[in-house]
Amino acid sequence: MDNMNANIVEQIPRLRRYARALTGDSHSADDLVQDTLERAWSKLYMWRRGSDLRAWMFSIMHNTFINHIRKNKIVTVSMDDDVLEIPTRATQEDDLHLRDLTAAISKLAYEYREVVLLIGLEQMSYEDVAKVLGIPMGTVMSRLSRGRGKLRSLMAGESAPVLRRVK
Amino acid sequence: MSKQSKQLSEEKLHAYVDGRLDAAHRAEVEAWLKQNPADAARVDDYRQQNVMLQALFNPVLNEPIPLQMHPQAHQRNYLQPMRYAAMVGGMVLSGILGWSLHSSVEQNSQQPVLAMVNRAALAHVVYTPEVLHPVEVTNEQEEQLTKWLSKRLGNNIRAPHLTAAGYELLGGRLLPGNQGPVAQFMYQDARGMRLTLYISSKMAGKGDASFRYAKEGKVGVFYWVDEDLGYALSGELAKPDLLNVANAVYQGLNQ
Repeated sequence: MDNMNANIVEQIPRLRRYARALTGDSHSADDLVQDTLERAWSKLYMWRRGSDLRAWMFSIMHNTFINHIRKNKIVTVSMDDDVLEIPTRATQEDDLHLRDLTAAISKLAYEYREVVLLIGLEQMSYEDVAKVLGIPMGTVMSRLSRGRGKLRSLMAGESAPVLRRVK
Repeated sequence: MSKQSKQLSEEKLHAYVDGRLDAAHRAEVEAWLKQNPADAARVDDYRQQNVMLQALFNPVLNEPIPLQMHPQAHQRNYLQPMRYAAMVGGMVLSGILGWSLHSSVEQNSQQPVLAMVNRAALAHVVYTPEVLHPVEVTNEQEEQLTKWLSKRLGNNIRAPHLTAAGYELLGGRLLPGNQGPVAQFMYQDARGMRLTLYISSKMAGKGDASFRYAKEGKVGVFYWVDEDLGYALSGELAKPDLLNVANAVYQGLNQ
């Protein structure tokens, strides 16, 4: 049990980092982590010794996240009501503000957000992402492609007016 | 270079961004990108996204973990009934030795004490595994340590010597408690087994110096209140062994 304690505690910083990016604010994020940890504790008997604890914890966080969205604890955009089709505009700006990234992520449908963050931030393998989210590899790849594309458009859209004013 | 595929698959492009291709496929993608500036721009942007995500959120990794996320805090929920059972049915030392049954009426006045026990057990599991920094001030500066802690707790704080019980003082640290600063002393025996003595001032209600016992996960805690100081001795020891040390602590403090 003590080993498990230590192993789970070891996951907390990563869970918090992911939750912060996923929800966009530290309060909702820690709420999400807290609920995830409580679920993990109550389901610990279901965890197969020797299997990947990180993937297991992240899949619990995924389910908890979906629950929070259903209970309106987290307000987010879903693919179903995705209307943010901003024309793509190639941009080479290196100094896009990080603030814009936060805003852009929050406008990204959560299905895309999860995939983009698990891969780009958490650096999880595509296979693990499929496992964590319970979706086929093909879906992971198409969400990654669309998610990154949308994030790129959003960032370009956000910074474009500023650039125009400067010119 | 000459034989280029007509189309670069989207999957390969992302795998390239994420550095998941072997050398051969990487070369293939790079050749394609040279000819297709639009895709090259996308790759740059996607890479930049990853870099910015890391820059933006990696600092979260270094934030201290909130106390309530610690497993000890989770286990508390499950152990609550057990602890009450242990308290009501628990053996208590009244005076110094002499067992008597602990009255359940006392429970309400025990709330701050229970909170102290929780925090003591938590502090125990947090600091005892430390190899490099188990304590803030080592036993070599015992006098400064006790002087400092006495000043901060507003009380005369002493680290009892437990050599007779087989434990040497490693040192101590100052910690935030429920009602202000608290002190933690750490001891170690020849096998490396560590005990912590947690001392909290401003304990409400005059205690009768009777020992009580609680168990938090693997950690056993003997606790008592003497004058207005609350003490909690934590260790992963069998109850009778821990009780022996608790007696040694009590005697050491009252010499």
